[in-house]
Amino acid sequence: MTNKFDDKNKTLGDTLRSRGISRRSFLKFCAATASMMALPPAMIPKVAHALENAKRPSVIWLSFQECTGCTESLTRSHSATIENLIFDSISLDYHHTLQAASGHAAEAAREAAMEENHGNYILVVDGSIPMDNPGYSTIAGISNYDMLMDTAKGAAAIIAVGTCATYGGIPHAKPNPTGAVSVGDLIKDKPIINVPGCPPIPVVITGVVTHFLTFGTIPELDHIGRPKVFYGQSIHDRCYRRPFYDKGLFAETFDDEGAQKGWCLFKLGCKGPTTYNACATTKWNNGTSFPIEAGHPCIGCSEPDFWDGGGFYKALSMPTENITQTALYTAAGAAAVGVAAGALNRAKKNAATKAHPNTTIEDLEK
Amino acid sequence: MSDRIVVDPITRIEGHLRIEAQMEGDKIASAYSSGTMVRGIETILKGRDPRDAWAFAQRICGVCTLVHGLASIRSVENALNYQVPKNADLIRNLMNGAQYIHDHVMHFYHLHALDWVDVVSALSADPKATSELAQSLSNYPKSSPGYFADMKKKLKDFVEAGQLGIFAKAYWGHPAYKLPPEANLMAVAHYLEALSWQRDVARLHTIFGGKNPHPNFVVGGVPCPIDLNSDSAINAKRLAQVQDIINQMNTFVEQVYIPDTLAIASFYKDWGSRGEGLGNFLTYGDFPSNGMEDPTGYLIPGGAILNRDLSTIHEVNMHDSSEIQEYVAHSWYDYDGGKTTGLHPYDGETKLNYTGPTPPYDHLDVDQSYSWLKSPRWKGNAMEVGPLARVLMLYASGHDQTKDLVGMTLNKLDVPVEALFSTLGRTAARTLETKIFADAMQGWYDDLVANIKAGDTRTFNEVLWEPSSWPKQAQGVGFMEAPRGGLAHWIVIEDERIKNYQAVVPSTWNAGPRDANGQPGAYEAALEDNHTMHDPEQPIEVLRTIHSFDPCIACAVHMTDPDGKELTTVKVR
Repeated sequence: MTNKFDDKNKTLGDTLRSRGISRRSFLKFCAATASMMALPPAMIPKVAHALENAKRPSVIWLSFQECTGCTESLTRSHSATIENLIFDSISLDYHHTLQAASGHAAEAAREAAMEENHGNYILVVDGSIPMDNPGYSTIAGISNYDMLMDTAKGAAAIIAVGTCATYGGIPHAKPNPTGAVSVGDLIKDKPIINVPGCPPIPVVITGVVTHFLTFGTIPELDHIGRPKVFYGQSIHDRCYRRPFYDKGLFAETFDDEGAQKGWCLFKLGCKGPTTYNACATTKWNNGTSFPIEAGHPCIGCSEPDFWDGGGFYKALSMPTENITQTALYTAAGAAAVGVAAGALNRAKKNAATKAHPNTTIEDLEK
Repeated sequence: MSDRIVVDPITRIEGHLRIEAQMEGDKIASAYSSGTMVRGIETILKGRDPRDAWAFAQRICGVCTLVHGLASIRSVENALNYQVPKNADLIRNLMNGAQYIHDHVMHFYHLHALDWVDVVSALSADPKATSELAQSLSNYPKSSPGYFADMKKKLKDFVEAGQLGIFAKAYWGHPAYKLPPEANLMAVAHYLEALSWQRDVARLHTIFGGKNPHPNFVVGGVPCPIDLNSDSAINAKRLAQVQDIINQMNTFVEQVYIPDTLAIASFYKDWGSRGEGLGNFLTYGDFPSNGMEDPTGYLIPGGAILNRDLSTIHEVNMHDSSEIQEYVAHSWYDYDGGKTTGLHPYDGETKLNYTGPTPPYDHLDVDQSYSWLKSPRWKGNAMEVGPLARVLMLYASGHDQTKDLVGMTLNKLDVPVEALFSTLGRTAARTLETKIFADAMQGWYDDLVANIKAGDTRTFNEVLWEPSSWPKQAQGVGFMEAPRGGLAHWIVIEDERIKNYQAVVPSTWNAGPRDANGQPGAYEAALEDNHTMHDPEQPIEVLRTIHSFDPCIACAVHMTDPDGKELTTVKVR
């Protein structure tokens, strides 16, 4: 059988040279990278050496109790695109939905990636893990719990993608028939980046991966492990319909005057005020739109336990802040509530900043 | 059990599927299909607001991302006799149609193609000859020698870097791969083109539903209002975007997907004589032109075909408790009435009872329960659902475009009509129906524009939105044709809450285990039809036939109300 794949592994340096990139441009790139990482100029040769010898980082993607929506979302990213990621930035060594090999060969690929890249690979997980019975979810006859613990051991960092992997998601919704838990419930000794959403915004998934690859650090996280760059602001605070909330102009039902004119969806149950995500700024699918812009209230899908928040069409029933109740009872004084919510959010953010300073590669090695 | 082949995980599918095959020499004698993951979404739905159900149900699957949302709102609307505006039906048709086109193209290139296309062989292709091949098949503009030379270099650099990623440890060089290097290179190029294309056309869902995956729906209509004078509703700009996407879909289907399917199939005609499976086909019907209450206006008719007999289409009644039933004889569930009973979804009951081997395990005990999937049956018959069932139903009911497309395909491939009932036929049917939907999209779009022009901008019917306006008890079924086949959700509402919820989905029909009478499901039967394995360690033959069904296993596994109670009022549509 043809086997082109036993060729000696090429480093990034080899790859760049084979693509006609000169030593001079490469060093310039290294200087820029060093500067971005706030390293002194003396470090540039070290950066160059590290980069030159770097292979594309290995990524192992495990799918447990999930719907494949997170993988679908990954493929929708307009930048970085999935094809650019897998050809140029990462080596996606195990991924059920995309990988060519099945069965024994697929498992062999996972085991080889774990062994060859021990301590250095990135583990991505989507889906929750059922704890009530190992038979509730197996891959190759192995329980999800065993596979997660085994694969996590040699990972440099873990990215939990989607609300199921980050907070338990829909399998964890009441009455949680399978005892589903999140990755963070089980793994305590590795850095975990939580990238929630049902699914997460496509470019947010790839954005977190490229941040890690480009800067070698985990982005700053909030109090529940989400990167602030994408989850630092509430949808409400960034919503283009916010001025109508402040003016007290609301859609009362779908397709009424307010709905048609793009007024605030608060009374239709919008969870924007208690949901931290980038939908209103980044939007979805190459900036095409986002749920509120397309007329549907935000259902709060990047928040823990949003499934049990009391009803998607009930005004602010999310079990998070007291502002929800306040807002419910004082819809007429909407502007005042907005100010109060802002104050609460700022307080929450400051607390999160204090609790979670930047994590660096050095921290990871500790 | 040395002559038992195990393939787990089956990759390039949705969800967790395991196939075990008992060999006789190098032939598959019997096959066993097992879904290995359960979540319990139907139990989670119990007690919730029926208007919220679509969001939960939609998370059954993120690949066929909107279908469970749509089936769910239809179940509530059917239970309440809730009429939706014409624009809402048209927008739903556009969204579901877009789902077909997006999903089928992605299935072909990203899930199925690597069963037929040898990526390594593409490295020895001549770009100039590849260009000539591509231009002989289609007028797709990306077909120059330079384009294919760049593609070859990209692939070569990737392979020579030594990190194969998703292409590692696959079956390259296997003698079952028959395409010449040039066809392989062309297909690899289109694999990447399709990745880029799908991102753009998925935006149709974002326009009407705010996001993809998992766009939004609403019981009683659609959430997006139409207002030609608003910057925040469906307006002329949004409609122009939709038209652009429909054009983009049509171009790719006509210039890339159809020619590629025919070209690749011409090297694999032997797959037109294996993988038939059951010979029984079922559709529920969908794509209304005059509301869901009028089945005569459906683009896809509902019905059943038995034993390949296209001369008789049997009527299917979704409400009749003697027609659609689910069995658990080989599933990890218990029934109060015993493991051999069959239950209609309204009366469904499920108790999780995992009796399989303790993980980690090597083999399932297939004489006992061996799957989280149940075994649905229609009047006791195991049925195949999906593109082949739909194409046959359209063909049998005299749909002209289908007859033309099927005739053209058989003619071009020079294969007999029996070749439809096969692995190859199933894959070809998926391509052919994509063309039907690509054309239908333009029709729905034109109807939507005409309706707006005539002054009808309604997208939502408010009348039954408040649960206080509902009867104390109601039940209904929301059915549809999802890309992978007939899908239905049965809902029982009591005191404004969900009392019982049950989904019987395409991959349960196709991937389910044996029933109490030992009748295999469609995957199992198809694998038992004429499959010789070249090398059991490289189960490419199994993958070809299983992938021809486009498995979606998260969809297929579900469970119902443990206290499922018999109900007496049966609503007939």
